[in-house]
Amino acid sequence: MAEKQKMVKIHILGEPFYVPDGLTIINALEYAGFQLTHGIGCREGFCGACGTIFRKKGDYKLQAGLACQTIVSEGMYLAQIPFVPAEKPIYDITKLPPDITSFKELYPVIFRCVACNTCTKSCPQDLEVMDYVQALIKGDVEKTADLSFDCIRCGLCALRCPAEIVQYNAAILARRLCGRYLLKESRDLTNRVKEIAEGDYDTELDELVKMDEDKLKKKYYEREIKLFD
Amino acid sequence: MKKIAYYPGCTLKTTAANFEESAIESMKKFDIELEELDRWNCCGTVFSLATDDLMHHIAAIRNLIRVKEEKSNQVMTLCAMCYNTLKRSNQRVKSNQEDLDKINDFMYKEDLNYNADVDVLHLLPYLRDEITFSKIAKRVKKSLNDIKFSAFYGCTLLRPKEIQIDDPFMPTILENLITALGGETVETPYAIECCGAYQTVNQVDVVVERTKVIIDGARNQGAEAIVTSCPLCAFNLDHRQKETKKKYSKFIEMPVFYFTELLAYGLGIEFKKEWKDLHYVDPLSIFKN
Ligand code: SF4
Ligand code: SF4
Ligand code: FES
Repeated sequence: MAEKQKMVKIHILGEPFYVPDGLTIINALEYAGFQLTHGIGCREGFCGACGTIFRKKGDYKLQAGLACQTIVSEGMYLAQIPFVPAEKPIYDITKLPPDITSFKELYPVIFRCVACNTCTKSCPQDLEVMDYVQALIKGDVEKTADLSFDCIRCGLCALRCPAEIVQYNAAILARRLCGRYLLKESRDLTNRVKEIAEGDYDTELDELVKMDEDKLKKKYYEREIKLFD
Repeated sequence: MKKIAYYPGCTLKTTAANFEESAIESMKKFDIELEELDRWNCCGTVFSLATDDLMHHIAAIRNLIRVKEEKSNQVMTLCAMCYNTLKRSNQRVKSNQEDLDKINDFMYKEDLNYNADVDVLHLLPYLRDEITFSKIAKRVKKSLNDIKFSAFYGCTLLRPKEIQIDDPFMPTILENLITALGGETVETPYAIECCGAYQTVNQVDVVVERTKVIIDGARNQGAEAIVTSCPLCAFNLDHRQKETKKKYSKFIEMPVFYFTELLAYGLGIEFKKEWKDLHYVDPLSIFKN
């Protein structure tokens, strides 16, 4: 006889459900019959679409994480967040200097930071979010770009910040400014862009575009990643 | 070289970089290295007076934890505002265990608890009490040559009582430093008044009026330049002279210095072009040698 699947009781939007132990929050929601059209994307922990908040039984802390990466546990309270509305001004990167003046103009809200570190606590990427905001306040654009490099723009930091700062939008501006003005040119990248523009990879790309989904998946998972020659 | 943990504050990394560099260079001449904390955040900028508002003390206390992380029990500040905020938050938790416990509990992710055991220093009293003005006088390579300065203290070094570095009504510490460096000082009634502070953000006119009164007052007493210790005072008194001049065509501009720039000058350290570029009124015009 097959071993009996262990079930856990969780609460989704206040309603109790029994779901198999070991599921991710996303899978648990689907198991319970919810169809997600927002707040879901890659299911691999890369796209940042599934940022969510939850509580565990007996723990006063409101926790944050990626729904596709967080495993449910007995007594968990869940509420999937479809979208984090965040202020995002339009700018022309060619007209912005890579220093504090750009942030004073576009993201003056960063100066409201009270150094409470709530953002860092909620970041599923384990980034030092407070430190990157603080680096911006000091005008250190390069440090912010560096510290926020792995940000997947899930929005959880902004959702939890008592000062209503939009950390990840300010950080992506820092990375853009850094890439454009502060980093040394990478010759490999320039060459590759040139090769693409000259059509060196057109045949391979056309092949990929025409490939059916199953073959494409297979090819993707079997790909070899060569880091350095 | 003796090392002292040093907290810069945000302004000293941007618009007041001349303040920071001149201080660091000067202290090296006395065999002291101001060693910047590895990690630090904004001081909180303005000390929060509300008794139930603990959130705005987190920033200050977190910095004091950083000091402990570097195995130090004291931290040097330069910016008058940072000094004020850090020291007052420190005193609040020193005298209120419950606040301290709450703040430590809130910062449960930090490796250390804060035990209210860091001393917040400011460079001016350190120069007076530890290095001593007589020793500074002996080290002067380039005298300020009787140039007349008017000291501007602003608010945050002298008030409130618990953190004041000098007599709040008749302070002399900046004057004594200038005298040690070979300069002269004049007395004005405005030295301990407010520069207009943050009104500079959206009520420039208020600051223009303050700047006019303060600079004119100094000039009437024969001063050729102002010396200060606060980046906000320096910004208002120096950079707002532009708007002051626009409004009052007869207004005569006057250079504004950080005390550390004059100290560095006196010790024979080159007055760098980058420092000069951060001033609005040309600072070098007053040096006669
Ligand atoms: S920094 Fe903010 S948006 Fe970026 S991954 Fe962390 S929590 Fe998500
Ligand atoms: S949550 Fe907001 S206020 Fe708190 S440290 Fe992060 S950015 Fe600053
Ligand atoms: S769905 Fe993309 S990170 Fe979770």
